[in-house]
Amino acid sequence: MTISPISLAFKKTKREKRTALISFTVAGDNTKKNSLKILNSIAKYVDILELSFLHNCPIADGGQIQNSTYRSLKNGTTLKDTFQIAKRFKKNNPKKPLILMGYYNLIYQNGENNFLKNCKLSKVDGLIVVDLPWPENKKFAQKCKKKSISFVQLLSPTTSKERMKKIIKDSHDMIYYISMLSTTGGKLKVSSKKILEKYLSIKKINRSKNVVIGFGITEKTISSLKKADGLVVGSALCKKISESLKKRQNPVTNVVKMVTRLKNKIL
Amino acid sequence: MKIKKDIPLIDQHDKNGFWGGKFGGNFIPETLKKPVEDLTVLFEKLRRDKKFIKERDYYFKNWVGSPTSFVKLENLTKSLGGAQIWTKIVSEANGGAHKIYNATVHCLIAKRAGKKYIVGDTGAGYAGKMLSMAAKKFGLKCKIFMGAKDIKRQKPNCDAMKKNGAEIVPVYTGSQTLVDAVSECMRYWVSNCDTTHMCVGSTVGPNIFVKICGWSTSQISRELFIQIKKEFGSIPKKIKLLNCVGGGSSSFGFWNEFMHYNKKQIEFVGVEAGGPKQSKKHAAPLTYGSKIGILHGASQYVIMSPEGQIEETESISAGLDYPGVSPLHCFLKDAKRARYTAATDEEALSAYMLVTKFENLNPSLEPSHAFAEAIKLAPKLSKDTVIIVNSCGDAHKDKDILKQRLGI
Repeated sequence: MTISPISLAFKKTKREKRTALISFTVAGDNTKKNSLKILNSIAKYVDILELSFLHNCPIADGGQIQNSTYRSLKNGTTLKDTFQIAKRFKKNNPKKPLILMGYYNLIYQNGENNFLKNCKLSKVDGLIVVDLPWPENKKFAQKCKKKSISFVQLLSPTTSKERMKKIIKDSHDMIYYISMLSTTGGKLKVSSKKILEKYLSIKKINRSKNVVIGFGITEKTISSLKKADGLVVGSALCKKISESLKKRQNPVTNVVKMVTRLKNKIL
Repeated sequence: MKIKKDIPLIDQHDKNGFWGGKFGGNFIPETLKKPVEDLTVLFEKLRRDKKFIKERDYYFKNWVGSPTSFVKLENLTKSLGGAQIWTKIVSEANGGAHKIYNATVHCLIAKRAGKKYIVGDTGAGYAGKMLSMAAKKFGLKCKIFMGAKDIKRQKPNCDAMKKNGAEIVPVYTGSQTLVDAVSECMRYWVSNCDTTHMCVGSTVGPNIFVKICGWSTSQISRELFIQIKKEFGSIPKKIKLLNCVGGGSSSFGFWNEFMHYNKKQIEFVGVEAGGPKQSKKHAAPLTYGSKIGILHGASQYVIMSPEGQIEETESISAGLDYPGVSPLHCFLKDAKRARYTAATDEEALSAYMLVTKFENLNPSLEPSHAFAEAIKLAPKLSKDTVIIVNSCGDAHKDKDILKQRLGI
């Protein structure tokens, strides 16, 4: 059996005794070209990249990601473009894991099988579907596995221990723990200590699973959580793009600078 | 797709929450799984709890004002010729619309759940106004999410919400109407589900919210059933129940008690918002054959692009201006129990003119859509046909629009 690029990435970070840095950006933000440029330029600093495919009715996204999403939709970015961006990125960075993230309606309209076919053609390594929770996602997750695409299960502070055990049992290479009750990009309203406690109790269920923490991770908070297998930074990057545009600065350079700073904080 | 006879329609879903195997469900973020599950358990317990039912009935009777009247529109019937036109004036309910039933039940549930805060969405402002009224009545702190465009066009209801001490949160994303208000409200709940109860303003959203709302508004048809029997001695041979459909809460409530009747005896006609005559945009996913998609946690017929982006709707009526529709109505459509059609903005306005000219009734723009269909149908039907229109809202909130469009 071949080991997936996502698992390899965690193997590497564990060998280097550090947390994995995971970026999240929105496809086509602020332009299709810049979106690809950002992915290509931050690839050497981050271990895994998440790219969102757009939906205009995102029920779990905070303000920053919504801004990026609406900006990109306004520029006319389509699902097809998202696969194009993914494909071009993977052509340049075949070994860098890329995960697509979004809402189920886009997959549903595209057709589950067709969507996965498109993922394969673009060499996408994993999928996060925000509004397809366990056990509703069981069938689709199996389909993903058959195609060697990792389906990332989500856990949240409201997930019961019993439920966690079942979800973890059905999980693939990576599990995403939502740090707090919030949409993306909320202020960290729980202490890092509390988050890590919960994280450790998840790890206890199955130590071999890679568990990453997301929501509320910024330059300020990242180092306090670096014990985790991985940390996802999303809204902070989206915010950086918005700020750069406002100040008429280059969003690509500014995002790259931010990612290097984030990387330094977890080493 | 078939409707079962001996089970309430709200309970005819499978274990994953789908009616007819494909409408509804729970497409929600992991964070909401637990709160939705807790609410489901609590609601199933409460609806079987005699004390809770007694409490509900007490407030429906003494506070909401039950039953609302059922009257014949003699003048309108005479002028149109043909079928008899009757109406159930649900807008007599406290606050001026059917939204009070769902709001009251949600507040009673929130109290039982020990929640101190309640949040809700609103389009026309009625769901928000009623929730603010009920929250005040039951001592809950209330936040209402409302599209910025709707805040502008439904000012009277906004004033009422503020008077009741609710905070209105304007929503500026997307089309700045109901669809965005519901999204924002759900986002708020994701962040505050530990302290806050969420009331979804119609028979939409994750499975349990569809059920609670349908269960609440069914009060309308429970009353109507008794009233028809009293008025006619028995259930007449030919009845048509006409109701506007946006999310579908008033129509579902208006029809529920008659679900098991043959449609040849009691036909359900849902009237969606056809939008401006000259515009391609509308809010009528059932009438114009929209595809099944996922919106606000449930699969349903929804107006969207082929890729799956929810499309903007257009209607003079803020309460019907919604791209999706209740999974219950999708089920009723596919099971062929109900028939759906649309009325344009202009048709609704002329219906409003005609009804108010002949009758002492002031239906809001939403039920005016249903009256438009009644006006179309009545002349073609025999005198023994009984058309009943649910006048589910009062036009007080529409005074600015009516002044602008009709000069009255």
